[in-house]
Amino acid sequence: MSTATLAFEDVIARYEPVIGLETHVELGTVSKMFCGCPTTFGAEPNTQTCPVCLGLPGSLPVANAKAIESTIRIGLALNCSIASWCRFARKNYFYPDMPKNFQTSQYDEPLCVEGYLDVAVGESTVRVGIERVHLEEDTGKNTHVGTSGRIHGADYSLVDYNRAGIPLVEIVTKPVPGTGALAPEVARAYVAELREILRTLGVSDVRMEQGSLRCDVNTSLSPAGSRRWGTRTETKNVNSLRSVERAVRSEMVRQAAVLDGGDRVIQETRHFSETTGDTRPGRSKEEATDYRYFPEPDLVPLAPDPSWVEQLRRELPELPAARRARLQESLGVSAEDMVQMSNAGVVDLVGETVDAGAPVGEARNWWLGYLAQRANEREAEPGDLAIAPAQVARLVALVAEGSLTTALARQAVDAVLETGQDVDAVIAERGLRVVSDTGALERAADDAIAANPGVADKVRGGKTAAVGPLVGAVMKATRGQADAAAVRAILLRRLGVEG
Amino acid sequence: MSDLVRLTATEIAGKVTSGEVSAVEVTQAHLDRIGEVDGRVHAFLHVDADGALAAARAVDAKRAAGQPLGPLAGVPLAMKDVVVTEGLPTTAGSKILQGWVPPFDATITRRIKDAGVVILGKTNMDEFAMGSSTENSAYGPSHNPWDLDRIPGGSSGGSSAAVAAFEAPLAIGTDTGGSIRQPAAVTGIVGHKPTYGGVSRYGLIAFSSSLDQAGPFGRTVLDTALLHEVIGGYDPADSTSIPQPVPPVAAAARAGAGSDLAGLRVGVVRDLGGEGYQAGVLAAFDDAVATLRKLGAEIVEVSCPHFQYALPAYYLIAPSECSSNLARFDSVRYGLRVGDDGVNALEDVMSLTREAGFGAEVKRRIMIGSYALSSGYYDAYYGQAQKVRTLISRDFAAAFDQADVLVSPTSPFVAFPIGERIADPMAMYINDLCTLPASLAGTPALSVPCGLSENLPVGLQIMAPALADDRCYRVGAAFEAAVEPLSIPEVAK
Repeated sequence: MSTATLAFEDVIARYEPVIGLETHVELGTVSKMFCGCPTTFGAEPNTQTCPVCLGLPGSLPVANAKAIESTIRIGLALNCSIASWCRFARKNYFYPDMPKNFQTSQYDEPLCVEGYLDVAVGESTVRVGIERVHLEEDTGKNTHVGTSGRIHGADYSLVDYNRAGIPLVEIVTKPVPGTGALAPEVARAYVAELREILRTLGVSDVRMEQGSLRCDVNTSLSPAGSRRWGTRTETKNVNSLRSVERAVRSEMVRQAAVLDGGDRVIQETRHFSETTGDTRPGRSKEEATDYRYFPEPDLVPLAPDPSWVEQLRRELPELPAARRARLQESLGVSAEDMVQMSNAGVVDLVGETVDAGAPVGEARNWWLGYLAQRANEREAEPGDLAIAPAQVARLVALVAEGSLTTALARQAVDAVLETGQDVDAVIAERGLRVVSDTGALERAADDAIAANPGVADKVRGGKTAAVGPLVGAVMKATRGQADAAAVRAILLRRLGVEG
Repeated sequence: MSDLVRLTATEIAGKVTSGEVSAVEVTQAHLDRIGEVDGRVHAFLHVDADGALAAARAVDAKRAAGQPLGPLAGVPLAMKDVVVTEGLPTTAGSKILQGWVPPFDATITRRIKDAGVVILGKTNMDEFAMGSSTENSAYGPSHNPWDLDRIPGGSSGGSSAAVAAFEAPLAIGTDTGGSIRQPAAVTGIVGHKPTYGGVSRYGLIAFSSSLDQAGPFGRTVLDTALLHEVIGGYDPADSTSIPQPVPPVAAAARAGAGSDLAGLRVGVVRDLGGEGYQAGVLAAFDDAVATLRKLGAEIVEVSCPHFQYALPAYYLIAPSECSSNLARFDSVRYGLRVGDDGVNALEDVMSLTREAGFGAEVKRRIMIGSYALSSGYYDAYYGQAQKVRTLISRDFAAAFDQADVLVSPTSPFVAFPIGERIADPMAMYINDLCTLPASLAGTPALSVPCGLSENLPVGLQIMAPALADDRCYRVGAAFEAAVEPLSIPEVAK
């Protein structure tokens, strides 16, 4: 196999990608899919279990009505048809994280079928077909203890069944051809839009980092102009929006190199590595898995009343696309800005910040910039930050009236996030105010000039651009509380340049 | 043998309620009887003397406190070991569950305890209820009290043997393809398979989920009906449980015992008889039909042409479902673990455990079922078998247009000698010939003793439409009242 790395442009020039996505969503129901155990994340291992979700002999499942309702709502939001009659099925395979050694899932009779989701990428809109939305139960979680951290070479393995039986919705797209170079972005935008919809429906907390939203990405390449699709691979372990995009891109590049080398792409499961950004083959299976599906005899068929389904349809909340269109108009931002804000999950935050009095540009910049960065560092969503849109609006106002510099406002943000206090409290407590005492600034400027005679000479000689280090020194002396532009003007004046 | 163990459940409950005897005395008498004969009968896998006496004391205390007692309070019962009992070992007759103590009660266990019925212990059975003789038990066979060299039927053979040997007046069995009715027939007692969904399956270790039903054994139709009323009824923990009240089976048993069957149409199923049936069984059955006619019933012959496919359909559906139900026995969470030496991989430990923990018949069925569910074979086997099930249900529907109940022999033969059929699976499977149709259709059926052949009991099967269990009991009680009771022999020394 060739190890040479191709440029993405070269891949696109010769091959046409087809992508497909399978997304698993843990529903935010209070109890599990087939028993009454709680679903709280992060509890002590094996404390949220009972005979049913441990699969003890004799136990039987009872389907969670709320989970069925949530699945139907997801299907409706994705423009699916809702089955008037369907069944659960058993998917049989042995694995220690599965208490019964079968997963109660759905097979050829899913609850929702034949829908679509329109996703915006840059200027264009791509319609992604939804093949099915079905309901199943999650498995437990294995932890392999040992130097390798993987099942092979582990000293021992631990199984936590708290997750076993949490309702899981699987959303499967149809193959998406014809996206060309946009394929990685389409994949990402699809997941981002789906996540927004799920969040709007309130059916899941959709935290990719906690695994409540998990993605498998299918990718194949065929030679440009060919009508036959290539062999696809399924990439698992894709746990962030960024990874979705990277996984498709790296898999396209890898497959192109394989095909260029005259080899065949093997149909297999691959794992995405967040650190290297590429995919590795999963454990090769000696034989194809036969799941021996059959209808789950312990559960009765589901037959949602059509009038109830219509009621759920009528009661759907305003979906993200409609909300964006409305907000875009009321906020007066560009379509591209809107997509960016949407992908970052900050549309509502920006809207609320604007409602609290901030100009839309400022609100957008804060939420897409510094606040997004802070959230990212904490591996959290912007909406989870301990700062409310109204407080962001207050900071914007303080900067606008000159009481705070942007740098000071950022310090205030950090302090709010740290302490949970409100903006005015942290400003008062930490003395975060622009130093506008000209005498104090002039003394600091003189000190800086005296301490840096070389730099001062250069500036005096006309190289005003060299004043930076002196500004830095003054800012440091004033603990960042001065307005840098004002400091610069003072320095230049005292060095006899300008003013 | 104490006279107390000769009493019916109804009589015992009456005496306990009136204070003539205490529940503890009754329980002790049965424990003594078990001590006396179970070495030869081997009905029990586990006797819980302490638990039984404690439950009996609780009944006596309740009575002393003037609290009302249920109709079976203080009556001892033998529980099939496939039903989970909190704190009591439950093995389903398998080595793979040796030593497992469930942390919860089955719904029927809970209902039995709440009714003040005293659980004496857990009874032997074919491993995971797969068999017709108890010879598939990992713990050795039970023996028929009529002839200790013969089988007591199966899979609930420990329960039927316990009742026939006067070790308990009542027992719980489970019936997937005939596992209550055939043991009742060959030990000369009464057993009923309720309508599917009529008794909760929560806490029954599953063999074939779409067929399994727990049901009662007794030495009289009324005793059996009273126990049915204790365990029956809707259970929200079992999704396949029917949200309806228990049919009035005890009232039907009482009414039946005191009346004739005038106006009742009894259908004789032409397809359940003839070739392959022992002559003595057919003769006893003909006598039973004559008795029903004498009671005033109108006898009609009905044809159920698809019943002949019940056996092949059953032996695809039940193994398919069991191959999935038994997958959980993998040594990871409970039960036997073999080969965990720090070197073997997990998959190897699972395989070694299942190899050592399951018996030959269980393995045979897991293999048949895994094959039948395989991709590419599903439609031809499992799918086709489900269609047969629909055809059998239609046969029943047509027959019940002509008749109120259907009758047949319960089993083609009387109790056979231990060892005679164990090496030939097909010879064993045809035990179920008469009982399988009602299992596949989910309809109720009762077996009541109808005489002897070669000095061994023969059973009459009475089948009714779904949810009409009371009809089985009414006809069964009328029949029981019209014939000489069987005199069950004392267990040979």
